[in-house]
Amino acid sequence: MSFPWARHYEPKHPLMQWVDERLPLPRFVYNAIGAGYPVPRNLNYWWNFGVLAGVVLVIQIVTGIVLAMHFHSSGAEAFNSVNGGIMRDVNGGWFLRFAHANGASMFFVVLYIHMFRGLYYGSYKAPREMVWLLGVVIFLLTMATAFMGYVLPWGQMSFWGAQVITGFFSAIPVVGEWIRVWLLGGYAPDDATLNRFFSLHYLLPFVIVGAVILHIWALHIPGSSNPTGVEVKGEQDTVPFHPYYTAKDGFGLGVFMVIYTALIFFAPDLLGHPDNYIPANGLSTPAHIVPEWYFWPFYAILRAFTADFILPAKLWGVLAMFGSILILFFLPWLDKSPVRSGNYRPLYRLSFWVLIVDVLVLGFCGGSPAEPLYVMLSQIAAAYYFAHFLIIVPIISRIETPKPLPGSITEAVLGKSA
Amino acid sequence: MLPLFVRSIKFLVGGGFIFVLLIALYGTITAEKPAVTAEQEFHLHPKEDVTFSFDNPVLGKFDVAQLQRGYQVYQEVCAACHSLSLVSFRELKGLGYNDAQVKKLASDFDNHAKQPTLDPKTGDRGERGNLPSDHFPHIPYSGNGTPPDLSLITKARHGGARYVYSILTGYADQNGYKNEKGQELLREFPGAKSPPGTFFNPYFANLNIAMPKPLTSDGQVTYLDGTRATVPQMAQDVSAFLTWASEPTMETRKQTGLAVVLFLLVTTLLAFGAYRTVWAGVKH
Ligand code: HEC
Ligand code: HEM
Repeated sequence: MSFPWARHYEPKHPLMQWVDERLPLPRFVYNAIGAGYPVPRNLNYWWNFGVLAGVVLVIQIVTGIVLAMHFHSSGAEAFNSVNGGIMRDVNGGWFLRFAHANGASMFFVVLYIHMFRGLYYGSYKAPREMVWLLGVVIFLLTMATAFMGYVLPWGQMSFWGAQVITGFFSAIPVVGEWIRVWLLGGYAPDDATLNRFFSLHYLLPFVIVGAVILHIWALHIPGSSNPTGVEVKGEQDTVPFHPYYTAKDGFGLGVFMVIYTALIFFAPDLLGHPDNYIPANGLSTPAHIVPEWYFWPFYAILRAFTADFILPAKLWGVLAMFGSILILFFLPWLDKSPVRSGNYRPLYRLSFWVLIVDVLVLGFCGGSPAEPLYVMLSQIAAAYYFAHFLIIVPIISRIETPKPLPGSITEAVLGKSA
Repeated sequence: MLPLFVRSIKFLVGGGFIFVLLIALYGTITAEKPAVTAEQEFHLHPKEDVTFSFDNPVLGKFDVAQLQRGYQVYQEVCAACHSLSLVSFRELKGLGYNDAQVKKLASDFDNHAKQPTLDPKTGDRGERGNLPSDHFPHIPYSGNGTPPDLSLITKARHGGARYVYSILTGYADQNGYKNEKGQELLREFPGAKSPPGTFFNPYFANLNIAMPKPLTSDGQVTYLDGTRATVPQMAQDVSAFLTWASEPTMETRKQTGLAVVLFLLVTTLLAFGAYRTVWAGVKH
């Protein structure tokens, strides 16, 4: 599964040799993230974010397991066990909680950059479709995990977020209401909801770990792509992952940790909503129910559908919101251009940057109250979102004349002289 | 080649969503503009002209003398109605009190409320005095509205300490009240008259708060440290105290953060050096 010039594992220590002969785990690691994995030499910093996502996942699991030791998953006690117990009485509990809550935000920052990197450089194209598909699965699982985690502290936004999101399902004709009640374990969020969300919130991260392993396995079949999108042609195009990319990822991780810890220690509540410091109360609806920032673009798409047309508006909204993510599964077959990298595709590159602006506008609208101006903006932006993936990209991939590609990665790096 | 029908599904789906969105857009544009409400015109954001010692997100600290004054205001004024249930008396050591003082503060609180007890033999409910190990007790309240627990109040409102300060100093006479644009409230919105049992306060979301103005006159509290107890002074002190109550670990958090971030900056610099060394001579 690798290039013929990949280095082979040779145990340096008799103990490692003993282990390797009985369980080739050292060999496996060596070939996955060691010197045995040849990687294009020209990766830029946008390629750091996959490793970063893995690190944040581990941080979430470690902080989450310790939080779970002090958390009470009952409606009567959850809020106080977090805001009283963990934040005040558990030694260093405030750190764990802020690290976990902000870790979720940083997870999405990293994932979004990682995904847009894939969009720009055409990383979803053959032969890496499976890598991309598994990536979208990871994204969906992470969204589910984060949503259920946000319910756990049982504040006002926890409660009303659970109410609104499970309410989506009641838009499904005939069985919708039944599904909603089944998901919640009652007619409104309650102990039963909190308990099952806690159980699933503990489970899903490990499912994500499994999906990540498959994601990396699938990646290592063709190997990493690169900013030119030109496939590796020979040994001169690659360097071994270790020490080259371990060093570069190490530096990237440092920069990431500085930003992440600055957030934890100096602005821990910046990305949260004040209402979640009010205990859940089913009798008092918050003035504006908003999800966490990372869901805002999707929330804007949901709320953009305000007109009944054959189907009720709410059902359109739910279909479009799920559709906006499901579209990503089809992307490898929507974009038929044989050229991967946006660097050599002038029209596609333009549409990419318009999409970035479009998603930012959607995010802005999703976090704002549903006033006419914001609703109008989100209707235009949502229409463009669908147009981008389903109409513009398929057409561009037919009509565009790409710029000439370099002959090889090495040629691109060294100039024509090579 | 896939049949044309399959190939055009994408355009049908995309076109479908876009069509429905355009219908919705048309609906939004042609909809009647919702009437402007009194809240939209008259609600004010928290005052910006007050500063706190802990404002700086990295270096800001609590002013212990101010916290003690703030506790005095809470104890003498607010505790008549508001509980502080997540905080325990022993934590008041964080305000610079010693064990004996904390014990006294706990038992002094008995005049507001005591700790509930349950006789294990008879099942009778009773009461006992507050001890340093207790949390602040539940405060019974029978007036209009529901006074929220204040343990997290500065985290639970946009603007934090500034919001609390603005509420406390923001009561105004509704008759003849004008906003910055010069509109007169009761002339523009005759329906906005405060319902009975509520008081006009433009810093409160719906302009009419059920809390009677708690800080009414200078000298309402006699500060032990001799500071002149003007209404703004008391409001600022109690807002600072409530910020402490919302996160007693704030100073530890910032100090730890400074060390952690500096350490990581140095580590990152070293990692950058390692990266440059490893890649030296390899064009990329
Ligand atoms: C006479 C009883 C009473 C006293 C004394 C009192 N409050 Fe209140 N307070 C209330 C009530 C009732 C409410 C609920 C108001 C409402 O929801 O309309 C309230 C609400 C509040 C709020 C929340 C406003 C919001 O945004 O929901 C804050 C903050 C507050 N009080 C602070 C204080 C402080 C600080 C003091 C002491 C200086 C104090 N209160 C003294 C009765 C009181
Ligand atoms: C994919 C990784 C994960 C994500 C994205 C995630 C996300 C979240 C979020 C957004 C919250 C709410 C934070 C708050 O407002 O306080 C939360 C809380 C929580 N999470 Fe996770 N989490 C992850 C992994 C885990 C794991 C593996 C565990 C346990 C094994 C865990 C246990 C908890 C607990 C106990 C809480 C409630 C305490 C609290 O609110 O701080 N999490 N999580």
